[in-house]
Formats: sequence, structure tokens, C-alpha cells
Amino acid sequence: MSEWSRAASGFRASGAEAETISGNRGLQIEENLLFEKDGGRSGVDLPEPPKVRERIGAARRKGRIGLPGVSEPQVVRHFTRLSQKNYSIDTGLYPLGSCTMKHNPRLNEKLARLPGFADIHPLQPVSTVQGALELIDRLAWWLKALTGMPAVAMSPAAGAHGELCGIMAIRAALEARGERRQKILVPESAHGTNPATAAACGYTVEAIPADERGRVDLAALEAKLAPDVAAIMLTNPNTCGLFEPDVLRIAEAVHRVGAFFYCDGANFNAIVGRVRPADLGVDAMHINLHKTFSTPHGGGGPGAGPVVLSEALAPFAPVPWVVHGKKGFELVEKDKRSLGRLKGFHGQMGMFVRALAYIMSHGADGLWQVSGDAVLNANYLLARLRGELTPSFEGPCMHEVLFDDRFLKDTGVQTLDFAKALIDEGYHPMTMYFPLVVHGALLVEPTETESKDSLDRFADVVLALARRAKAGDAEHFKAAPRFTPRRRLDETAAARKPVLRWRPAKSEKAEAAE
Amino acid sequence: MRYLPLTDAERRQMLQVIGAPSVEALFRDVPEEARLPGPLDLPKVMGELEVERALTAMAAKNVPAGSVPFFCGAGAYRHHVPAAVDHLIQRGEFLTSYTPYQPEVSQGTLQALFEFQTQVALITGMEVANASMYDGATATAEAVMMANRLTRRGKAILSGGLHPHYREITATHGRFTGFETVLAPAAPEGGEDLMGLVDANTSCVVVQNPDFFGHVRDYAALAEACHRAGALLVVAVTEPVSLGIIAPPGEMGADIVAAEGQGIGVGLNFGGPYVGLFATREKFVRQMPGRIAGETVDADGRRGWVLTLSTREQHIRREKATSNICTNSGLCALAFTIHMALLGEAGFTRLAELNHARAVQLAERLAAVPGATVLNETFFNEFTVRLAKPAAPIVERLAKKGVLAGVPVSRFYPKAKDLLLVAATETTTEDDIEIFATKLTEALR
Repeated sequence: MSEWSRAASGFRASGAEAETISGNRGLQIEENLLFEKDGGRSGVDLPEPPKVRERIGAARRKGRIGLPGVSEPQVVRHFTRLSQKNYSIDTGLYPLGSCTMKHNPRLNEKLARLPGFADIHPLQPVSTVQGALELIDRLAWWLKALTGMPAVAMSPAAGAHGELCGIMAIRAALEARGERRQKILVPESAHGTNPATAAACGYTVEAIPADERGRVDLAALEAKLAPDVAAIMLTNPNTCGLFEPDVLRIAEAVHRVGAFFYCDGANFNAIVGRVRPADLGVDAMHINLHKTFSTPHGGGGPGAGPVVLSEALAPFAPVPWVVHGKKGFELVEKDKRSLGRLKGFHGQMGMFVRALAYIMSHGADGLWQVSGDAVLNANYLLARLRGELTPSFEGPCMHEVLFDDRFLKDTGVQTLDFAKALIDEGYHPMTMYFPLVVHGALLVEPTETESKDSLDRFADVVLALARRAKAGDAEHFKAAPRFTPRRRLDETAAARKPVLRWRPAKSEKAEAAE
Repeated sequence: MRYLPLTDAERRQMLQVIGAPSVEALFRDVPEEARLPGPLDLPKVMGELEVERALTAMAAKNVPAGSVPFFCGAGAYRHHVPAAVDHLIQRGEFLTSYTPYQPEVSQGTLQALFEFQTQVALITGMEVANASMYDGATATAEAVMMANRLTRRGKAILSGGLHPHYREITATHGRFTGFETVLAPAAPEGGEDLMGLVDANTSCVVVQNPDFFGHVRDYAALAEACHRAGALLVVAVTEPVSLGIIAPPGEMGADIVAAEGQGIGVGLNFGGPYVGLFATREKFVRQMPGRIAGETVDADGRRGWVLTLSTREQHIRREKATSNICTNSGLCALAFTIHMALLGEAGFTRLAELNHARAVQLAERLAAVPGATVLNETFFNEFTVRLAKPAAPIVERLAKKGVLAGVPVSRFYPKAKDLLLVAATETTTEDDIEIFATKLTEALR
């Protein structure tokens, strides 16, 4: 079967309306799976292996693997076409609340690829990687200075991994005191990773309600604080885009019962350079380098989640860490009080390089401007949109602004429909249905790297869409998106009968027969 | 401040629209005493040139693997990555996109993940795979926790041939999550009775292939024994290229495969970011951690892709999730997918054969060095050498002479002073091998 006919039959189920002969639409070109291209070629030319006496033993692979073989031009075209089906920061405003989709400077990509960083092995003698250890040490120094905290664990691989690190350190510190506490308090508005982390560390989770201002209900919190509480996990600014004004009282109350204050640092971008978490009474906080410090999200990672720690928690940090030794920088890979190891080797070096380049590019004055502009941009959108949309809470907000779906009441349009209509207008939707504390949430985070012009265009579109919804044009929203490579996808069907990999057509038929 | 588009005039206009006197006023919810009065007394904004100069100076203090004869492995392997891989992953639409939660504008990432999952399932011989974990080590810890859930048991037996970092991380999780880990003693020369450690509370036995010391194993009998005891077999793989020539874990009866994918498409990067591969049997998929891409149809009936089975995940299930993982290793998974696409069946197999042939040449040459003994009967591209003198100082000495001679086992097991792990890949030349053997001969003299 030719490549084309295969693609056509693969992509067009019966009843689909063919707008063009090819199924392509201008720059939107259909692309089948790699596995549907098999032609027995290869995109690499490797030399004939020297003849040797093989020493694999009995466990040698027999039989084919089933990988397709394609040439380099086919591979380049395949992935280029796939890339063109993605929205990205490079393409436009990406207002995903709580995700901090800011510009990713290309200098940082270039530097991370220097052979002195990209082509060094984690277990080379430390004498041959002094510059790498210096870079880790330098980034650690900045993270400590910006947070006011005395220590930082560099190895966690992402925000959720950092949460694990912080909560494990808290548990280790409590155990060192001879205490085994049972509970962790988590506000209702928290990211899902917070309760998942607490549970993964053997704690039960108790939710703290939000008050009518979208903040932690201090009275409810105090009522729950007891000697069996190990910690509170608080995001600040919180996921409603609001700073917790009672944070100092919260910290004091938590410390009073001997518990720890874990801060989810996902929203650090709002305060970086202006507020130091140490001054808020924080004991541990992860920093998503892929948010605040702009290492690229890469379609879902890799990230990095270093965790700053207070004096009380620092001794329990995971190995390894960098120290200044007699012969230069050294790596500590074993330590009796350490909570242990959390990550293979030494952490996300490639992300460290990018984050340090980002921080150095801005400097203290630039970071002051970063948080200022991030908050200014969000408040500007709040001001521009409040006439038609329904903000959940009174401003000012921090770096993101939360709306709920009251403005869509009786329009027949849901938050989801509204988001999908934005896609047709050339925007990535805001975060939908999160946080859970308001109905039909729309959480908008523009970041500081958007121009006023970009914000104005976005606001104009959102306002016009809101008016259209209120004018009764629900159909427009229900049908959206219409101009994307695929229209709304059936997620229920995907979960009900999961197809998680490609299989040759023959076995598909055999499966159907079963 | 080249990354900040607002002008002062625009800031003033925007404040006017907001109705706030200053940006500082927007921070009014932050307690006064916690607000800094102005920027911290730290270095100020720097131009691209200055930043590049500073970081290039740091990079210059390191010895890149490509600049010397290089033989380090132990869980991270230097391979040639075709130029197209890095070019494609740097396309902004891949590099600067988020997790594909909005499928209509993320079909590119989703289809690539579906292809990644298929490749991983194929090379491991398993039925399904997820869309990646942080790395092989954390994937192994997650595999054990998954086995605990599946068997409702709470004890994992970790082979002495499992990478020490994988063992340590699993043990850390065990300590805090509340399951037991039994660490079999390191066995550089192979031979361990893991079944002797299995009891009625054992959820899984975790082994590695090739193991940490390089031995290639057939775990089919172990898999059967595990299953008879109601336990699962988890197989870790630290060098994905080995799967081109070694029988896949799935064929041996593995229930979960946790692998490091770095060797395909991802550079050494001083240990990260890497990409964890995670594969299992179809019947276990609802206990699998991490994101999964799946096939579906759109409103017009056209084939498309979505993230699926998300009721396992933290953003839906919160404290009942199978894992707390959120951000994983998407872009490294993409690099893996592209490199694997370029290799194809023929390239992948040949790459594995080439790695093995180089390692055989290296083993034969080192075996001829007085004071060096190769311990392995079998290996893929890495093996263990016993030296007549402590390995760590020898490695230091050779580093000074411009050879990165491998990884001393004492870095993990301080008492194993005389053991050295050495690896060869397709990037190793015959000249490299000769230089290494000559310098090692001198150092052992």
C-alpha cells in the first residue's frame, strides 16, 4: 500500500467531510504515524561492526523488533509536520494559569549545549568537572539569595519531585525529634500534586477551606492545628492568584504546634526579587526552574525543582550536594542525616545552566522588574476584562487572575466551550476548571514577557467572545474549535477502550475478532 | 532588559486603566515587613555577551567526553546523536509548548508521545508504555510502588546487580512511603540467590539487564519463580541501546520494565535531564504512574490523540493518585523518539552490534594489560575490570594524562577498591582503546 493511501485510510473515518482532496488544508498537512511508513530504510549510516567473538551469551535477541525504517528527510519532514500541529509560546500568548508560560531565551539553549556542560559524564573525576560544580554552586547561591533561605537541595527533577523532597525532609526532621505525626494540611485550592505528595510520604491529608476572599480560612486552619499535624502545604501566591495576607500569622500558628510550613513555589514568579520566602516564615519551598526561571516546558518537561530549606531542615537534605573543599569543589554523595537519594546522579544540570543564564541575564534589578511586570500584566487583564467576565475575587491580583463562569450563566456556554472558542481565535486557552474552589474556573496568567499590544488584542478577543456568548450564539462555542488540525477529541472513548500504542493492522483485526 | 516588552510609558498607562498609583501598590496584600524596599544588592542585569562569556568560562573548566579517550558508563552512556535530533527538538512548537492538556492544539506532541510509547513497548517487549518519567532511577522506584499496589504487598527485593542509585532511591521511597526494601549484596562476579529472599509479603524482585557490573542475564527462570510466589519481576535497563542485541525483558517474563532512555537521543548532560522509560503489561495499565497518550477520534471522526486514563493522576485523583508526578521528561522523550526513528530497525540493531564489538575489542585489549583482569564472561558495552592497584587513584592519574578511564566501583561501594567499570560505544575508536591500554599499563606498573 502506498504511503498516501495508507494515510488517507488511517485518517478519514466514514462520514468525515472531506474539504480537500488530500485532507490537507494549506499549511496544515496530515501526517500518518512513523509505523505506517515502514520501508526498511535507515536514517543513519553506521559502519560494519568489526568481527569479534560475541559475548552476549544465551540472552541474545532473536526475531525482529518491529521498528519502522525511514530516511532522514522523511524523519525531518515527519517531525516538522507534527511540530506545526502544536501551539507554543513562540507562536503566541499562552495564558495558562499556574504554569508561567513565559518566553524561553535562546541564549540559554545555546549555553546548555556547550560541550563543557552537555558532553560531560556525571561520574567523571570531580577534578575534571570543576566548572560544572561551580555552576551548580553559583545557581544555588542565587536561589538562596532570592529566597533568603540558608540551604537548597538541587537534585529534584520537577516541582512535584521537589515537593517529595521537602515533605520527606520534614518527616526526617520530625523523626529526628522522635515524633511521628500523621497529618498534612492542604488548602482546597492546592495543586493536585500537594495532596498526592503528602500521601506518597505516608501522611493523611486534611483539606482547609477557603474563605470568601479566596484565602485560607485562618480560623478553620487554627482549629485543625494539633500536635499530630506535620506540616501545611501552602501555595503563595495561591492558585486563585492572590497573596495570602495572613501568611505570617499562618506561619506562626503552624510553628506554634511544632509543625512545618511547606510552600509550593509554583507561583514564585509573582514575587521573585521582591519578597523572600524566608521572610514569610517558610521552612521549605520548591522552585520550578521551568516556570520562574524560564527553562523550556518542552511539551511536558524536563523541568527542575530545587528545594530551599530552613536551618531546621537543611541537615536532612537529599544527597548529593556541592561543597567548597581543599582542592576546589567537591560532591558529597553520602551523609548519615540526609534523607537519602531522590534522583540518579546530581540533578537536572541542563536546566541549571539555562536557569543560571536566565537569572544572570536579569540580575537583581531585572528580576524586580519581572515580578512587577508579571503582576502588572495580570492586573491589566483583570481591569480590561472585568466589564464582561466575572472575576472571582476583588483585586488586586498577583501574577494571574481568576474568573469563574457566572458570566456564562444561562448562555448555554460552558467554560470548556469558551476555552475552545479561544483556540479558533489563535490563542491557547487559559487554565480551565482549576482551582476547584470556584465554579467553572478560568485562570489567566499572561506573564511579564507579553507586550501591552499583545494583552490588548487578547482582551479584545475575550471581551468579544463574552458578548457573543451572552448574545445567545451558543452554537458558535459548541462547534469550536473548527480551524485546528483536529476538532474536539473524544476523551471518553479514549479512556473507555484505551489504544496506547500502534500495532500492525493484522493484530488489530485479530483483537477485534476476540 | 531584553526579555521585557513593556515601556515605562505603557506601565503608566496600564496602571491608569487598573486604577492603581504604582506597581508597588499591587503588592499591598504582602505584609509590609516582608516586602523588600528595592532590588536586592546582587549582580545587575547583564547583556547576552557577558552572560555567554561567564558561562563559557565555567564550561571551559570541564573536560568534555568528546575531547579525550572516554570510557565512563555506569548508567550514563556517550553516543553519537544525529544532528537532526537536536534541530527538531529545538523547533519552538516542541520546545516552548506545555503539557498537551488541550489536545486540539497539541496534536504534534501527542502523536510523538504515542510513537514514543510504541517504540518503548517494542524494544522492551512489553505491551504498553507511558509517556516518560524523570529518569531510569526514579522510574524504578515508581515500578516498585506500582508492584506494591498491584500485589497489595509491601516488600521489594533489590538485586545486588541493580545500579546503586536505583537502589538508594527506591530505599528512600520505601523509608518514607512505608514499604520494606531488601538490598541483596553487590555481586560483581554475578551469582545471587534472590528467590531465597522472597516471602509471602514480597511484591517484587528488581533486577537489571545488563546488570550494574555488565553481566548479561536471562531472567526467564527468575520471572517464573517470582510469579509462583505471587510476586512481580521488575527489570531495570540503564543502557537502552543494549535492547538492540539482548532479548527484551518482556520476552523473559518481566511484569514492569523501568529503563533509562538517555542512551538514545539524549546527551550526557552531567547526569540530567534524562528520560525514564516505563513499560508494563496491558492488564496493569490502570496502576501505571505518569501520563499516557492514547488514540481517539475527533468530532469529524478523524483519528487523533489525547492524554488518557488521567483518573490515575494527581490533577484528578489528588491524594489517591498512582504517583505525584506531573511534569515528566517530554522533550527528552521526543529526542529519544526522533533518534529511534532515524535508527529504525536496521540502525538500532547495528548500533547495538557496533557497541558490543567495540566493547569486546576493549575487553580483549585490557585483558592483555598486566595487572588487569576482566571479570565478565558476558557483557554488552560495559564490563568490570579488577586492577592490581586501587581504581580511583588510577582513574585520577589517567585523567591527568587525558584519558577518562571509566568509573571506579568504590564511588558507590567504598570497599570495592580494585574494581573499575569501563564502557565502550560506537564513539570509541581503536586508537582510544590503544591509548587507554598503554596508559593503564604504565599506571599499573
